[in-house]
Amino acid sequence: MEAAIEFILDRYNYWIVIILMMTGLYIVFARGNLVKKVVGLNLFQTSVFIFYITIGKIAGGTAPIYRGDEVGHGGDHGDGDHVNGDHGGGHHGEGGDESEGHGSEQNGDHGEGAGGAHSAADPSAGQDAEGLHAKVDNTALDHSNDLKEALRNVDPAPAHGGESLHVLPEADADKIANNVLATDLKTPPANGFDVGDADGVAAEGADNTVDGAIDGAVDAALQGAGEIIIYTNPLPHVLILTAIVVGVATTAVGLALAVRIREAYGTIEEDELEAADDIAEFGHLPGAPSQASAPPPASSGAPA
Amino acid sequence: MNLIAQLPVLPVIMPLVMAPLTLLLPKGRAPYFWATLSSWLTFAACIWLFMDVSAKGEISYFLGDWAPPLGIEYRVDLANALVLLLVSGIAAVVFPFGYQSVKLEIDERQSPLFYCAMLICMTGLLGVTITGDAFNVFVFLEISSLSTYALIAMGARRDRRALTAAFNYLVMGTIGATFFVIGIGLLYQATGTLNMADLHDRLIGEDNRMIEAGFAFILVGIGLKLAMFPMHLWLPNAYTYAPSVVTAFLAATATKVAVYVLIRFFFSIFNFDFAFISAAFTYVLLPLGLAGMFIASLVAVFQDDVKRMLAYSSVAQIGYMLLGLSFATVEGLTASLVHVFNHALMKGALFMAVACVVLRAGSHSIHAFAGLSKRMPVTTWAFLIGGLSLIGVPLTVGFVSKWFLLDAAFSAGYWYAGFLIVASSLIALLYVGRVAEVMLLREPAEEGKYVLPKQDAPLSMLIPMWILVAANIYFGVRTDLTGDIATRAAEALMRMAGGAP
Repeated sequence: MEAAIEFILDRYNYWIVIILMMTGLYIVFARGNLVKKVVGLNLFQTSVFIFYITIGKIAGGTAPIYRGDEVGHGGDHGDGDHVNGDHGGGHHGEGGDESEGHGSEQNGDHGEGAGGAHSAADPSAGQDAEGLHAKVDNTALDHSNDLKEALRNVDPAPAHGGESLHVLPEADADKIANNVLATDLKTPPANGFDVGDADGVAAEGADNTVDGAIDGAVDAALQGAGEIIIYTNPLPHVLILTAIVVGVATTAVGLALAVRIREAYGTIEEDELEAADDIAEFGHLPGAPSQASAPPPASSGAPA
Repeated sequence: MNLIAQLPVLPVIMPLVMAPLTLLLPKGRAPYFWATLSSWLTFAACIWLFMDVSAKGEISYFLGDWAPPLGIEYRVDLANALVLLLVSGIAAVVFPFGYQSVKLEIDERQSPLFYCAMLICMTGLLGVTITGDAFNVFVFLEISSLSTYALIAMGARRDRRALTAAFNYLVMGTIGATFFVIGIGLLYQATGTLNMADLHDRLIGEDNRMIEAGFAFILVGIGLKLAMFPMHLWLPNAYTYAPSVVTAFLAATATKVAVYVLIRFFFSIFNFDFAFISAAFTYVLLPLGLAGMFIASLVAVFQDDVKRMLAYSSVAQIGYMLLGLSFATVEGLTASLVHVFNHALMKGALFMAVACVVLRAGSHSIHAFAGLSKRMPVTTWAFLIGGLSLIGVPLTVGFVSKWFLLDAAFSAGYWYAGFLIVASSLIALLYVGRVAEVMLLREPAEEGKYVLPKQDAPLSMLIPMWILVAANIYFGVRTDLTGDIATRAAEALMRMAGGAP
C-alpha cells in the first residue's frame, strides 16, 4: 500500500498531465459551445507542455539560463574534485584510445536526463553535442568560442548516431593534445583527446590547463563541486516554446472562426448550428424537436 | 555558399519568404502571378532535387550548418523526393489554374491573403516532407494545418457551412497534432534525440512500454491528419465547402503528405523488430484500410453533392494506401507510394473539373452536372478520364495503382484482400458512373437553378486541368517511371526497417 502511494506521489507531475489532458479532451467532446471547445483544446495542449517540461527536468537542476558569472570556474575542476580515479591520472597518454567508444555508452543515459555526464574540453573541442542533449554546462559553452565552427570541423559525413561527434578529427586532436602537453605537462604528445565520458554518471575532467569544460553529474555536484551548475535539459523547453506558439496560433484561429460563425449564424452553440443548417437545407428540422429554439438562419454568410 | 549547395532548403525557404510578400502586392492579378511564379520556382527546385537524389542518392542538409543530431537536418531520399515533386508539381498546376475560380469564390479584397495562405500551406507540406527531424515534422504540420483552416473558412462567402467545417477540422486536426507531439515527447524521453536517423539507431533493440505508447500516440495523431477511416469525419465537410481551388490542392497533397509521414515513422524510425509494428500492420492498418475502402465508397455512392462524393472517395482511396502499407513488403510499400502519387493526379484532375463546373453553373450539386457534355464538353471529358482513372481502367494511372496493389496482395498471401480491392473498385464504378450518366445522358436544365451557359471553362483553367489529365494517361502508360522510383524508394525504406526485402 505504501509502495503504491509512493509510486503515485513520486510521479505526481505525470498525474497532473493525465488529469489535465483528460479534462481538456472531455470538454472538447462534451461541450456544445464553440468557445468552450477551444478552451478545452487549450487545456489539452497545456497538459502536453507540462509533460515536456517534466521530460526536461533533472533533479537538483536549475533553469537552463546561462549565468555569466560562472566564467572562469571551469578550470578549477580539472582533475581535482570529481574525476574518476582511474581516468584522472593517465588520460593524457591514452587519449587516443579514449576518444573512441564513448558515444555508444552514453546513449543509454539520455532518457532520464539525469545520467549522461559529459565533458567538453576547449574552444575547438566544445563540440560535445551530447552535452547539449542532456544538459549544457555553461563553461563548456563559454569556452567554445564558436561552437558552430567546431561542429563543422567534426567530420559532418557520418551524421548518424552520436559517436561521430565525440571523436575529434585526428589532426585537431593532435594539435590540441600537443599544445596542452607541450606547454604544461611536458609529457610525450598523445594522438587523441578525451572528449566524452565513459561512465555516464561520474564527471570527468578533460584537462585542467585547457579552460576545461566540465559537466558535472548530479552526484558530482553533491560531492561539493559547488561551482558546477546543473541545468535542466533545455531542449524540451525550446520544443515547448515552439509548441506554445503553435497552441496560441491554434487558439487564435479557433476563436476567430467562432467569431465568424457567430456573425454568420448568430449563435455558437453546436446543436443550434446544426439545426440552422438543417433548416437551410431541408426547410425543417429532421424529427423537428423544438422549432422555436432554432434561431432564424442568417443570410448565407456574407463577410462583414 | 553557392546556391546548389543550398538546394535542399530552397523548396521550403522560397515559398516561405515569398508568402508574406504577397500581402504587400496590390489586390487583383498581382498576387496570383506572384504565387504562380513562386510555385513554379519551387517546382523547378524540386525537380532539380529529385534529379540529384535519383542520380547520387540520399542528400543530407544541415540547417544553419548545425550538424545533427544537435541541429535540424533535411534529409532527402527517393521516397520524399517523390512526394516533394508531387506536392510542388500539383501546386505548380493548381496555382495558375485558380485565377478565375478564385475571382469568383473569394472576395477580391482577400485575394492577397488567400494566395499568401496557399503558399504557406505549400511550405508546410513541403517542410513536413523534407525534414529529417521529428519535432520539425510537427511544426511544419501545424504550419500547413493552420493555413488550411483559414483557407477552408474562406469558402464561407459561398456557403457559411465552410465555417463550421473549418472549425471541426481545427478541433480534430489540433487533437491529432497534439497526440503526435505527445508521441514525439515519449520517443524523446526514451532516446534523447529528435533526429530521425538518430532515433532509428537508438531505438534498435529497445522495446518498452514508453516506446509502445509513443508509437500509439503517433499512429493516432497522424491517423487523424490523414483521415484514416474512423477518424475521417472532418474531411468530407472540409473538402465540400472549401473554395474549389483549395479542395483541388488539398485533396491532391495534404493527405498524401500525411501518408508519407506515416510511412516515414513506420519504416525509417521504428523497425520490424518491434512486435507492435507488425501488430499495427495486421490489426490496425489492414482492417481499417479495408473498412475505409468499402464503407467510404458505399457512402460516396449516395451523395448528391459531387464534391462530397469525391471527398468520401478520397477516404476510400486512403484505405488503399494503408492496405498497401499493411502488407509490410517491398511490393506493398511500392503500391502505396505509387498510389499516393497516382491518386494525387486523379483527384487533382477531378476536383479541378468540379471547379470548372462551379465557375459556370455556380454549384457542385449533381443536378448542376445534368447534360454537361452538351454544354462543357472539354470539362466533361476531363472529369470522365479522371473518373475512369479512379475506377482503375487500363491506360490510366488508377489501373497501375490497382495492379501494383493486387500484385502485392497476392504475393503477400492476402488473397482475400485482392478480391476486396477489385470489389471496391466496382463500387467506385457505381459512383463515377452515376455522375457520368448525369453528364452524358441527361438533358441540360432549361430553367431553374442549374441552367448552364453554353460555354466551356476559360483556357486558363482548361490547360492546367488537361495537363493533369494528360499526366493521368502518361503515367498510366509509362508505368516504369513511377514504378521504378517507388520500388527503389520502397527497397531503401525496407532495408532501413530491417524487414525481409
